[in-house]
Amino acid sequence: MKLLQLPPAELRRQLAGAGIWLRTGPFSLKLQSRIPRVAEGLAELYGQFEVRSAHEAFADFHVSVNPPTNLRRWLRPQVSFSFDGMRPFKPLPRDQAFPMLEWGLNWCVSTQAHHFLIIHAAVVEKNGLAAILPAPPGSGKSTLTAGLVLSGWRLLSDELTLISRKTGLIQPLPRPVSLKNQSIEVIRQFDPNAYINRASHDTIKGTVAHMRPPRDSVLRQHEPARPGWVIFPQWQAGAPATLSPRSQAQTFMFLAQNAFNYSQLGVDGFRVGTALIDQAECYDFRYGQLREAVAAFDRLAERRLS
Amino acid sequence: MKSTSRDLLACTLRSPDAISRFSSSEWDILVRQARAAGLLARLAHHFHQHGLTATIPDVARWHFDAAKTLADKQRTAVCWELQQIRAALADLDGPLIVLKGAAYVAAGLPAAEGRLFNDIDILVPREYLPQAESSLMLAGWHATGLSEYDKRYYRRWMHEIPPMQHIQRETVIDVHHAILPDTARYHPDSAKLRSRAVAVEGLPGVHVLAAEDRILHSATHLFHDGELPHGLRDLTDLDLLLRDAAVDHDFWPRLAARAGELQLSRPLFYALRYLRYFLDTPIPAGMMAGLASAAPNRATLALMDGIFKRVLAPAHASCADAFTPAARLGAFIRAHWLRMPPQLLIPHLLHKAFVSPYPRAPKPA
Repeated sequence: MKLLQLPPAELRRQLAGAGIWLRTGPFSLKLQSRIPRVAEGLAELYGQFEVRSAHEAFADFHVSVNPPTNLRRWLRPQVSFSFDGMRPFKPLPRDQAFPMLEWGLNWCVSTQAHHFLIIHAAVVEKNGLAAILPAPPGSGKSTLTAGLVLSGWRLLSDELTLISRKTGLIQPLPRPVSLKNQSIEVIRQFDPNAYINRASHDTIKGTVAHMRPPRDSVLRQHEPARPGWVIFPQWQAGAPATLSPRSQAQTFMFLAQNAFNYSQLGVDGFRVGTALIDQAECYDFRYGQLREAVAAFDRLAERRLS
Repeated sequence: MKSTSRDLLACTLRSPDAISRFSSSEWDILVRQARAAGLLARLAHHFHQHGLTATIPDVARWHFDAAKTLADKQRTAVCWELQQIRAALADLDGPLIVLKGAAYVAAGLPAAEGRLFNDIDILVPREYLPQAESSLMLAGWHATGLSEYDKRYYRRWMHEIPPMQHIQRETVIDVHHAILPDTARYHPDSAKLRSRAVAVEGLPGVHVLAAEDRILHSATHLFHDGELPHGLRDLTDLDLLLRDAAVDHDFWPRLAARAGELQLSRPLFYALRYLRYFLDTPIPAGMMAGLASAAPNRATLALMDGIFKRVLAPAHASCADAFTPAARLGAFIRAHWLRMPPQLLIPHLLHKAFVSPYPRAPKPA
């Protein structure tokens, strides 16, 4: 059953009790939280995802987001993320409960799922080919990703590019798209129908909100994609949308450095990474206007089709 | 939850064939306990050896594959790191002895399979410590971010200098001059340990302890450690070391004699007792009878059973009962009690309780 079929009160009750079982991409979660903001975030953003009752026997990650049991809670309400009893992060203000869940899930995947080569990059797909968008924070990567998936590209992930070590294909992990600071308003204006949840302020990344992943991307979350492009976006005020080719070797080095587990995979990391680069066209991409950027991406996709 | 789920991981290590009858919820618990215990990769290897890899259900398989990937990588990294350490210490006049996990890798022992590492432990004679430390510093290792109190404490009382971390690779070396602190109840003579060290093939200048000494060191370490985050993993190390060494027909008497000589019969007694309890390690009956004189009195033993049967279990909620927190505290106090006399212990614990939690410079998140 889908999460949206659970009445909100029932979702809150199950979540606060034994928890719910939820599938995102190749991973199953058992998720428990007594915090209403978490239930609210799930109801708003995870409606299309498959849920089962907590009696479901097996889950990859058992996670919870709850108030820590220290004296601080009386002074300043906080929230703490737990991965099956492990607490990899310091508690955060209660207001950041939902972003903390998202960051925590990313942490689980990037520190455990070594059956993939995991690159720190957004990834979107059209006509069966995936565009990998690795870029440092502040480059406009999330904004571009949100713009593309609101314009017919399929969201594979906004943060974690999972490359199967067996097949070399990209495994989707479509979860809510994280938007920061000005991007929130840019995307609201780009598409007034996009659903963006309540923002959390003063996080380490500034103001953070999440955009609901497109329904089609969630429904097709088990359908892998072939690597087509590696594109480094850079937003620059007033810049026309320009793609300029870059060296495959340099791009490979960048991906290796920005992979979460390249060195952990040893020789296999090199094999999977080079096989990916061999199939991909590599570009630097400068843009000032989101609509122009989307049009440039659409032209790329059409060219590979013909 | 079925009552067996508490010791599911230990049961599985004892009789891996049982996995062919496991339900999904048993696989769920097994993966979680094994992850908490740091034993996922070793369990994967165990299944492989028993021809059971195909029995792992698809949903659980990647957890084992991923852990094995990490363990393989760490093993390669440890080999490489050992060469770096050997190069850094090429001018050391004394012998360089590698201890614990890195030694198992260097010596190609079964105990290296599926093992994860936090650091590399080496043993050098005390008089060569300053030379070893400065050579390592020149090669890029430096003292980690300990408080001044901790650094002083290490140098004054411990059997090792503060851990050193490599500035680029971030690997950590613990440089020891003995296997127990100077202040501990037992004083195994480091010179005796060094005298029987064995050269490692393929790594000239690098030595490991003799088979019995390796086992005694591992047992001593385990039963003097206050935190035991990976107690069961360390027991499986011992299990693998013992099964490997016991191929020699006179191994067990040699082990008992050596334990007596090094004043380590008590830790050996505990190790064998809990190896039998958790892992069914084959130990000759005569061996336990021979160690009876090293056993504590009956009341102490009952208390130790209460503690160790809990703290050596995986640190996972499914393995805990109402007494687990008390048992962990008990193990912590016992370890400190064994490691230093009360006139040192009490000020140290007070400092740890009231001064250390409030450092002047807050640590970054």
